[in-house]
Amino acid sequence: MAMFIRIDLKEDAIAEAGAAAKLIEVCPVKIFAAGADDKSVSIIDDNVDECTLCDLCMEASPKGVKVVKLYEE
Amino acid sequence: MRFYEYESKKILAKYGIPFPKGGVAKTAEEAKNLAADLGGKVVVKAMVLTSSLTDRGTVREANGPDEAAKATEELLALKVGALTPVSVLVEEQVEVERELALQVTYDGVAKLPVMIASDVPRKNLDDVADDTPDRVKRRHFSTLHPMRAQTFRCKELVRSLGLGGSDLNRMTQVVSKLADAMLEYDLTVAEINALGQTKDGKFIALDVNMDMEEEGRFRQGALLEEFGIPMTETRGVRGEPTPMEREAQAIDADDPRGLISPFVEFDGNMGLVIGAGGGSLTIFDAVTRHGGKPANYAAIGGNPSVKKAQRLAKLVLSKEGVDKIAVMSNVVSNTRADLVARGVIKGVLELGLEPKEVITIFRCPGAWEADAFKILEKYGVDYCDRSVSLSEAAKRAVAKVQG
Repeated sequence: MAMFIRIDLKEDAIAEAGAAAKLIEVCPVKIFAAGADDKSVSIIDDNVDECTLCDLCMEASPKGVKVVKLYEE
Repeated sequence: MRFYEYESKKILAKYGIPFPKGGVAKTAEEAKNLAADLGGKVVVKAMVLTSSLTDRGTVREANGPDEAAKATEELLALKVGALTPVSVLVEEQVEVERELALQVTYDGVAKLPVMIASDVPRKNLDDVADDTPDRVKRRHFSTLHPMRAQTFRCKELVRSLGLGGSDLNRMTQVVSKLADAMLEYDLTVAEINALGQTKDGKFIALDVNMDMEEEGRFRQGALLEEFGIPMTETRGVRGEPTPMEREAQAIDADDPRGLISPFVEFDGNMGLVIGAGGGSLTIFDAVTRHGGKPANYAAIGGNPSVKKAQRLAKLVLSKEGVDKIAVMSNVVSNTRADLVARGVIKGVLELGLEPKEVITIFRCPGAWEADAFKILEKYGVDYCDRSVSLSEAAKRAVAKVQG
């Protein structure tokens, strides 16, 4: 269970932008995995706290991904 | 890698530095025969890969073959920390008029090899330097020139001990040869902890320690072969790794991100998660100087993953008697302070403990420290930035452990 980072996904925005494969590719700590189909992604919970806050996922899908620092809430 | 004393003396022999006649025995019977060959009066030394042998009761004097056999039986049954002697070195007793101490090693601050001499033998020279600095003399030398071109430095060192005349010339030869041995065999320490001077003025190496650079073993294949030491043999001072040390190695090997190495277990009660390019040694020293008793030495760096820091924190806290850890480093540019903070807090929480109670101090100034501070504040952990020295941070941590 992630304690420090939360990843908010908007699946339709990811699908619309065709960003699923890109998300899996760019994340350096493998937070994203293939979803039910090739237009969606799933989150690997065990890796979420490894997030390096590199923002590559948010650049790949600005409308589909939001990284939240739980320690700032 | 450390050499047994009898191996160290074989290196001395290559340079013509005299030492007492003797041999290695693996049984009491062998020791008895050796003692008889040597005339009866002998010194029996347990061969175990540790220093300060005299202090640990691993050296006995025997006045005859039977006494030598008895001493050998006792010594081979000894436990020196986690180690058991593999054999004994039986040497003739030598009458000396006085004893000195001599060491050649590297000075990490000056970045030069250094010759050290003292008139206080059979003690740790660092301790002697701390207690009576005027009785320890030093001279640096260069690795760029052969020792024969730097004999004057050896002579200066010996003269600073107050030796003159033929004593000066004789001991200068020993110093010069020991420095030659250190350079040729990639030794990190070449020490004659007790350099005796006999009635006729000759110097003789009574107690010898040598340690070779771990990476040097590939260049020194011929020497290792001569000594019968396989390339795979671990020659750590502490012998085989403890289960905890093995676990640390496994954690390190499981994840290529960052590094936990070396990890060494100690007997204390204060867990350490420390790092940053040499900072870990400074921090360890600071902790002990302020009266702390480290449970471990764990150098962590190279930007470890959250999981690696988490597993390390859990491992350190798993040791019996350890309920507090200090997380400290020098200024780090290549390790994310926030990832380390996440890892150690997560590890503590997974053990069902309170981070603010368990983490005595978090001092990892550098990359992403602002985020680290936010995390630490959220969990109420005491932290500080680079304006607080490593020594001061260690002092604060030790005070909390001591209650």
